[in-house]
Amino acid sequence: MEQANTEAIKKHVRAYVVVFVSLMALTIITVAISTLHLEMYWAIAVALIIAGIKASLVAAYFMHLISEKKVIYAALTLTVVLFIALMTLPVSHFVDRGI
Amino acid sequence: MEIPYTVTPRSDTGIFNAKLGIWLFLATEVMLFGALFSSYVLLRVGAPTWPHGYEYLNIPLATLNTVVLITSSVTMVMAWASLMMKSLRRFRVYMGLTILLALVFLVVKGFEYGAKFEHHLYPSESTFLAIYFTLTGLHGLHVVGGVIVNLYLWGPGKAMWERQPERFTNRVEVAGLYWHFVDLVWIFLFPVLYLL
Repeated sequence: MEQANTEAIKKHVRAYVVVFVSLMALTIITVAISTLHLEMYWAIAVALIIAGIKASLVAAYFMHLISEKKVIYAALTLTVVLFIALMTLPVSHFVDRGI
Repeated sequence: MEIPYTVTPRSDTGIFNAKLGIWLFLATEVMLFGALFSSYVLLRVGAPTWPHGYEYLNIPLATLNTVVLITSSVTMVMAWASLMMKSLRRFRVYMGLTILLALVFLVVKGFEYGAKFEHHLYPSESTFLAIYFTLTGLHGLHVVGGVIVNLYLWGPGKAMWERQPERFTNRVEVAGLYWHFVDLVWIFLFPVLYLL
C-alpha cells in the first residue's frame, strides 16, 4: 500500500514537470505573439485562449481538479455560472448605446 | 474540542473539511477578481481611448514575474509531494524555494511600481493606471498573504509533522490550492494588462 502510494506520487511528479515545461512554452508563445501587434480582436482571442489553456493546466494538475470529488465540481459549476454572469455584465454598455 | 475531519474524509462530501473550505473560499475569490475583470472590460469598452499595456508597462519584467510565479507553483506542489513521500527535509527545501520565489515576485513588482511613481504615474493619472494598480495591488496582497501562511508552515507550523503527519500534509495541500489560485489569477492578469 505504502509502496503503491509512493509510486502514484512519483507519477504525479512526472506530470508536474511536463505541465511546468508546457506553461513556460505557452508564456513564451503568448509574449512572442503580442510583439506581432495583431488586430485587436485576434490579439484578444489568442491571448485569452493561451491564458485559458495555462489556467486549465494549473487547475487540472497542480490543483488536482482532474480527479476530484463531486462536491467540489458542484461548487465550481455554480461558480462558473456566476462568473459567466459577471462577465456578461459589460454587454450592458452596448445595450445602453443601442448597438 | 477536537476539530473533526482534519484527516479522515466526511462520508457525505468524501473529502476532509479544510479542502471543501478552501474551495468555497476560492469560489468567493473567483467572484472578487471576476468583478474587477468585469469592471475592467466595462471601463475599457466605454473609454474613448485606451493605451496599449506596452506603452506604460515593462513587459520583460512582467514576463520574468510570470516565470517566477509559475515556478513557485511547481515548487509548492513539490513541497506537498515531498510530504506524501514522507520527506520533511525535502518539503522544507521546496517550501523555502516557494517563499523565496514569492519574495522575488514582490521585489520585481516593487521595482515596477517604483518606476511608475518616479514618472509620477499614479492611479489618479488615468483609468488604465487606476485599474492596473487595483488589480495588481490586490493580487500582490494575495501573494503577501500566501508568503505569511507558507512561512508559518515552513517554520513553527512544521512541528505538527511529528505528531500528525497526515494532518500537516493536508494543511500544506490546502495552502497549495490557495497558492495555485494566486498563480492562476496572474496567468490572466499578465496578458490582459500587459499584452493587450
